[in-house]
Amino acid sequence: MSPQPQKAVGSPLSRVEGRLKVTGRADYAVDHDIPGAVHAVVVDSSIALGRITGMDTSAAESYPGVLKVITHLNAPRLVYRDYPGTNPRGRRLRAFQDDQVLFFGQPVAVVVATTIEAAQHAASLVEVSYESRQSTTDLTGRPGNVIGNYARGDAEAAFAAADVRLERRFDLARNHHNPLEPHATTARWDGEKLTLWDKTQGVNLTRNEVCAVFDIPPENVRVISPFVGGGFGSGLRTWPHVIIAALAAREVGLPVKLALSRRQMYFTVGHRPRYDYRLRLGADRGGRVTAMLHEPSYETSNHESFWEATLALGQMLYNVPNVSQVLRNVPLDINTPLWMRGPGYSSTAFCIEVAMDELAHELGVDPVELRLRNEPTRDPSTGQAFSTRRLTECFRTGAREFGWSRRNPKPRSTRDGDWLIGTGVATGCYDTWLGQAQAHARLDANGTAAVQSATSDAGPGTYTSMTQLAADALGLAVREVEFRLGDTTMPVAPPQGSSQTMASVGSAVQDTCDKLRQQAIRLAVGDQRSPLHGVNPDDVVVIGGRLQVKDKPARGETYRQLFARNNLTHLEANGSYTPQADSPYSMYGYSAVFAEVGVDARLGLVRVRRILSVFDVGRVISPKLADSQALGGMIGGIGMALLEHTVTDHRDGRIVNANLADYLVPVNADIRDLRAIYLDGDDRRADPIGVKGLAELVKVGVAPAIANAVFHATGRRVHELPITAEALL
Amino acid sequence: MYPFSYTKVSDVPAAVKAGSDGGRYIAGGTTLVDLMRETVERPGALVDISALPLRDIAATKGGGLRIGALARMAEVAAHPTVRALYPVISQALELSASPQLRNMASIGGNIMQRPRCTYFRDVTAACNRREPGSGCAAREGFNRTHAILGTSDHCVATHPSDAAVAFAALEATVHLLGPGGERTVGFADFLLRPGATPQREQNLRPGELITAVEIPSHPRPLRSGYLKVRDRQSYEFALISAAVALHVRGGVIQTAKVAAGGVGTVSWKLSAVERRLIGQRPSEALWTQAAEVAAEGAQPLTHNGFKVELLKRTVERQLRVVGGTR
Repeated sequence: MSPQPQKAVGSPLSRVEGRLKVTGRADYAVDHDIPGAVHAVVVDSSIALGRITGMDTSAAESYPGVLKVITHLNAPRLVYRDYPGTNPRGRRLRAFQDDQVLFFGQPVAVVVATTIEAAQHAASLVEVSYESRQSTTDLTGRPGNVIGNYARGDAEAAFAAADVRLERRFDLARNHHNPLEPHATTARWDGEKLTLWDKTQGVNLTRNEVCAVFDIPPENVRVISPFVGGGFGSGLRTWPHVIIAALAAREVGLPVKLALSRRQMYFTVGHRPRYDYRLRLGADRGGRVTAMLHEPSYETSNHESFWEATLALGQMLYNVPNVSQVLRNVPLDINTPLWMRGPGYSSTAFCIEVAMDELAHELGVDPVELRLRNEPTRDPSTGQAFSTRRLTECFRTGAREFGWSRRNPKPRSTRDGDWLIGTGVATGCYDTWLGQAQAHARLDANGTAAVQSATSDAGPGTYTSMTQLAADALGLAVREVEFRLGDTTMPVAPPQGSSQTMASVGSAVQDTCDKLRQQAIRLAVGDQRSPLHGVNPDDVVVIGGRLQVKDKPARGETYRQLFARNNLTHLEANGSYTPQADSPYSMYGYSAVFAEVGVDARLGLVRVRRILSVFDVGRVISPKLADSQALGGMIGGIGMALLEHTVTDHRDGRIVNANLADYLVPVNADIRDLRAIYLDGDDRRADPIGVKGLAELVKVGVAPAIANAVFHATGRRVHELPITAEALL
Repeated sequence: MYPFSYTKVSDVPAAVKAGSDGGRYIAGGTTLVDLMRETVERPGALVDISALPLRDIAATKGGGLRIGALARMAEVAAHPTVRALYPVISQALELSASPQLRNMASIGGNIMQRPRCTYFRDVTAACNRREPGSGCAAREGFNRTHAILGTSDHCVATHPSDAAVAFAALEATVHLLGPGGERTVGFADFLLRPGATPQREQNLRPGELITAVEIPSHPRPLRSGYLKVRDRQSYEFALISAAVALHVRGGVIQTAKVAAGGVGTVSWKLSAVERRLIGQRPSEALWTQAAEVAAEGAQPLTHNGFKVELLKRTVERQLRVVGGTR
């Protein structure tokens, strides 16, 4: 098969669905016009641990417009089957199945009414009484359960013998995903069939959970999710409100719309867990790290054991002969955490990369140089070759573009009026995840194509990037191709998490469209009336909807001509991608992150002046949307470093700042010069289209680069996130 | 949101009548509607005063400035006279909220803002302002942003307005109209410290309407400015803020007007700082020495001890910004 010219891929297209979004015509989960739909509002618990002793729903039930109030006293029993999937180990929260309260803000009732206003008001009229017990929500000083171990070499001995030893303890705040669109679901039953319009990062995730909870077969559930107003991971699990919406719809016999309030978004849809991370690091005088000993602990709930990828970086980021890791999670009376952008990696990278900066300072070695001295040639945890690892190139390119050589390494050496200026650097790295994916494509006689897969577009630009791949594979213009997603009736795709969509769904789309193009080419070369008759199919390419001999472009015909002559309405193809079961390669994306901050040391203010990240992520399909991801990740990193902090009042387990005025994220005024550079090239060892993931990686390494810049500016080393004014006064 | 009635009035007497009958005034609604949605506020009747003719901004005969209570924050900030004579007011307003909110919110409403204490805004938490006698969850709770001055056992919430800090510094007066007629209250007496009755936040009688805020005449040239210290660059209430206005003649400070925000249960006039400045020549040493007394009487809580030092530094910085020397 002759390679297709790449015209759409690599060009900086704007989002193909952008106009729909900015004109308000993109329908999100509760925007769909569903005739007869009524509204549900969840009532949440105001204690963190205990049981419900009384439930007075009379005022709510008698409020005009209210159809039903559902609580554990009148809810039907649900099956809640276990199933293989992505839910953490344990016993998940079961909506209205008993009187137990496991965490603050847990749903305890739902009010269904004909208008949203009536439902909201009636929800505030539900009187719940509790028998409350003292909850435990503070990670500090709690032992936790060991959930992971790793050792190579003899880390304790190597640490004891090291020329330079660092021992540090990091406290990383809990963060919340805070997508702009609240989690929301519209549910409608048609007899035994359930349709859900859901905010989710994977329609099949929702279907799997709903089938297990209600014990209904998958063919009876359809989940639709064409647009997702951000997720950052919070949509990688089907949370109780989805079940509640379906339950409410069944109970009232009408379609139900349920959207969480912004406040509720802090209670029931997961968070990045708080970390207490002890790290010991030993090195020789030459800056070679000889020992790393990791003891991370993070929060989990008392009912489920949360897991995230906390250990990988410590094993493979640097060429360290002696490593030990003991990972714990600490059960608390909280909701279960959930993966948030760069899960595990972002937190671990902060600790490792700040410690590396401390080591560089201690040794008087440039922090970039220190990292290069510890660069492995093979994955030190597996001995595998890297599919690609161009971290050194990332650092060299970044150092040049950032002007790193002009840096005076001495802390507090640069001043601009009241501002101390500092620069810092850190490594970013994230696993190249790959998942099985399928796609379908249809080419119509009018020369347009429709391609679909049950993936999601929670913001990365999947609609656009898949359209670009499909357009080139079919030899069509971007406007002649429509990519559809977000529906369980479409071919199966993995959830949009762990940056696997481009590589996995992209490879499936490529396969599907290649097959479809080949079908058309074979039809032409076998058709006596075609100018391409008898040509070797491998010599035919399609350009601008015209099939032609690669070296003799004049010889050919268009899809339209071919289809018309053969009386074809369309051709279609199914394709897929299955990751290689035992890849011989260690596959990760890498970045070098450079940050410059200004610190008004008298007032404790930190402002990020610029960030430059250089990425080794393989091929970039959609550069403009890659930039959108990269800049978004940097902004998320600024938030993690300086602002984001979910505060719990440990007296009663209440989240104190459950709103966007008190939970601070960066605003436009915080964002100045952000720049991303992508190393040219591809990684064909990773997957057929040569891409590694981007969306998680972009956040990893940003917070430590900022923290290291704060140290360089001020001489103050902060081991707590976020870095606030009081730490710097 | 609890059900309520809504009346829009077109003249001041009708407004005062409706207010005297128990109606709650609403202008821009940028605070009240939020709080109604959270069921913190549950007014039975809203009286929309946004159409009343109280929007003028004009110089007074005595050389001061009268700002109609319904003038929008954005209008006041951009007004040429305000910019020319009282940059501290323009800056305080422009560092508040967001452009959308400043386009909606009125000056009268701005100084009527209710606390941003998260326990006040969470109806499941104890709060003496919201529910007198229920206790104060913030006192022993998470209180990083809370007050260090003017607190009581009953409440430790700060007054959130930036403009009120400028008004306190400039010794503004608040013009009121009620069923009993007009009266004028000095800014220092308008906002009430919580004491044992934190639910009483302003010196207002039933049905009284703010008609204007008046800035008295100050000697000119009056150099002034506002500094707001906060975690992020925009769209956040102050950790600490300082309003400073200075009149220097013959190399000597003749007039000093200084107040701070983010530290007090009301906007906090720093009279001790002012006293240290008057009659002195501007210098770095003077700024430091004057700012040293800014936090006199401060009573920090568990998480806001840093505000004591940060208050001094903020005042010192803003004295230098306005008074110069370096």
